Amino acid sequence: MAKYKMHLLVCGGTGCTASQSHNIVENLHAELKAQNLQDDVQVILTGCFGFCEKGPIVKVMPDNTFYTEVKPEDAKEIIAEHIIKGRKVTRLLYTDPENKEHISDSKHMGFYKKQLRIALRNCGFIDPENIDEYVANDGYAAVAKVLTEMTAEQVIEEVKLSGLRGRGGGGFPTGIKWEIASKNHADQKYVVCNADEGDPGAFMDRSILEGDPHSVIEAMTINGFAIGATKGLIYIRAEYPLAIHRLQIAIGQAREYGLLGKNIFGSGFDFDIELRYGAGAFVCGEETALIHSMEGLRGEPTFKPPFPAQSGYLGKPTNVNNVETYANIPIIILKGANWFNKIGTEKSKGTKVFALAGQINNVGLIEVPMGITLREVIYEIGGGIKNGRKFKAVQTGGPSGGCLTEKHLDTPIDYDNLIAAGSMMGSGGMVVMDDTSCMVSIAKFYLEFTVEESCGKCTPCRVGNKRLQEILEKITKGNGTMDDLDALRNLAAVIKDTALCGLGQTSPNPVLSTLDNFWEEYVEHVKDKKCSAGVCKSLMRYVIDPEHCVGCTACARNCPVNAISGEKKMPHIINTELCIKCGACIERCKFNAISIK
Amino acid sequence: MTQIKSLADLKALKGSIQEKMDTRAKGNREGLVQVKVAMATCGIAAGAKQVFDYFLTECEKRHIDIVLTQTGCMGYCHAEPTIEVTVPGKEPIVFGYVDTKKADEIIEKYIKNGELVEGIIPVNYESVKEH
Repeated sequence: MAKYKMHLLVCGGTGCTASQSHNIVENLHAELKAQNLQDDVQVILTGCFGFCEKGPIVKVMPDNTFYTEVKPEDAKEIIAEHIIKGRKVTRLLYTDPENKEHISDSKHMGFYKKQLRIALRNCGFIDPENIDEYVANDGYAAVAKVLTEMTAEQVIEEVKLSGLRGRGGGGFPTGIKWEIASKNHADQKYVVCNADEGDPGAFMDRSILEGDPHSVIEAMTINGFAIGATKGLIYIRAEYPLAIHRLQIAIGQAREYGLLGKNIFGSGFDFDIELRYGAGAFVCGEETALIHSMEGLRGEPTFKPPFPAQSGYLGKPTNVNNVETYANIPIIILKGANWFNKIGTEKSKGTKVFALAGQINNVGLIEVPMGITLREVIYEIGGGIKNGRKFKAVQTGGPSGGCLTEKHLDTPIDYDNLIAAGSMMGSGGMVVMDDTSCMVSIAKFYLEFTVEESCGKCTPCRVGNKRLQEILEKITKGNGTMDDLDALRNLAAVIKDTALCGLGQTSPNPVLSTLDNFWEEYVEHVKDKKCSAGVCKSLMRYVIDPEHCVGCTACARNCPVNAISGEKKMPHIINTELCIKCGACIERCKFNAISIK
Repeated sequence: MTQIKSLADLKALKGSIQEKMDTRAKGNREGLVQVKVAMATCGIAAGAKQVFDYFLTECEKRHIDIVLTQTGCMGYCHAEPTIEVTVPGKEPIVFGYVDTKKADEIIEKYIKNGELVEGIIPVNYESVKEH
């Protein structure tokens, strides 16, 4: 078998394939063969490099040369110059937009590496069930530093200075939260990790707990020291069995090493962690509901104040932070607040993990610095919209968030900009939609979720959201009026202003943001009784074009409700009263005679 | 397991583990090929456990010494199951869409002969470790 000395990696991502990367491979093969190098150099297609704008990409290994915008006819020069003579083809190298220098190694391209992994630093890198691997990667060094070299005030000051804000969605400054909890005196205080991740499509916290559980344990210990708490609780949903399993292993190992328990690092500080399981109610992500659930009560929120920092778990001062927030803490302590606060935007520091999903080529878990634009996320990291379709919207913040549109593509993503754009950061779900998504149906989907998850304690959320959902249902059925659109807006505003907790106060966001950004689409549903995305079944009508229909009877024979009639070899007709819009006829028609109107 | 009672204890432990890991990664003669399988819930659901077991049994059967470990989410949901293979002296390579057939190809071609196979996922992030 051949022992290759060099490899040519050609991007086979969707974007690069569209710009002829397959032809590049062919030409490289042919050229190697012509030079009799086919046994020394291997050409291989790879997945997306995430640099689609400058594609197609060809990377030469082992010297890591990165060629951009390569054309099939460049194959000859790459082989003749680079492979044979060892000279880089300068004109194909990436040019730094600022200093106009050619950069050959992708490691030095600031532009190329859009992602920066801080919270996910160990995910996919260490064995989560082996504490030694965590220790070898600076694990528990931060808590060692805190316990042996720092005072509680210094720790809080460092976290404040870092500018870290809560990654669960609200974005409250973490250092200030710690400070408040530290100033409330009591015989017992608690540190709680909120691992009740409930947004549809969000799995950042699960990934961290499954990939790097010790980082959360270490951060909670630091948090305990800072506010004077000796007990930690992790509230995690029972639907995350693997995360629970790995946390249990991690806690056990930390105890064996003496990193949890009494007199940690000989400092006299005691701290231990227990798990509390949730039954998976969305509202339990809200601090007060979460605390009630941990106490064995119904998972219902209560009015704030008192805040958990004053009276939380069992009436004692309690600090609640989200998993991702905690995952940032050890590295902030080790590298310093002034390192962390240089990343991100003025008011949102650091990075954010997003679960990138929907109609996008590279669905994945990504971590990007705050201030990155949606365009960079979608087109560079995400590799663009699937099947080359048109971008329509991106939903952030889950059921509490909203939809951003084309006009927001170049808005830097941070807490404040997302709120200004009518959405929110949320916990980090990011669902990309193309022109086959109906925005009224999307709003309805999220409302259905909220109605299902509303705890029922306050009227605006329990009744109001149900009414919102009914109006949306009416519109998608084709029975909506313009008055309904006004009613949606008014009702949404009332719910926002009067609901008890964060769930209710934000639940109308999907409706409001789609009304603002896709008003025409609502009007189209109401006035024209039309859904141009082709999602609302009630508004669809299947029609046979008599000019194309040859009367083969294939559609009529396959219609499950016998809605199609017609003589053999004569154009057929669909009875729209009977039609259930299942689409079986379109699939069977070989003459493209059936269309949706 | 011994208890870690001081900063010095922690540093000593870190040093000894790192030494072991370095031997694996840096590619001394006796360095072994390292295979990491991304095994978060989603990876396992996509078949990572079967791939892990396949490497375990097949490498033993074929007398290839590798260091096989599970790890968390690598982030490439679109290409699960994913694995990372580090051949001593070379950069780690991530392969996506790995089923047992692909695993066989990776063992026979890449691990044994250094020949790349299709399904490479270019790493597109920078970690705080090198920041």
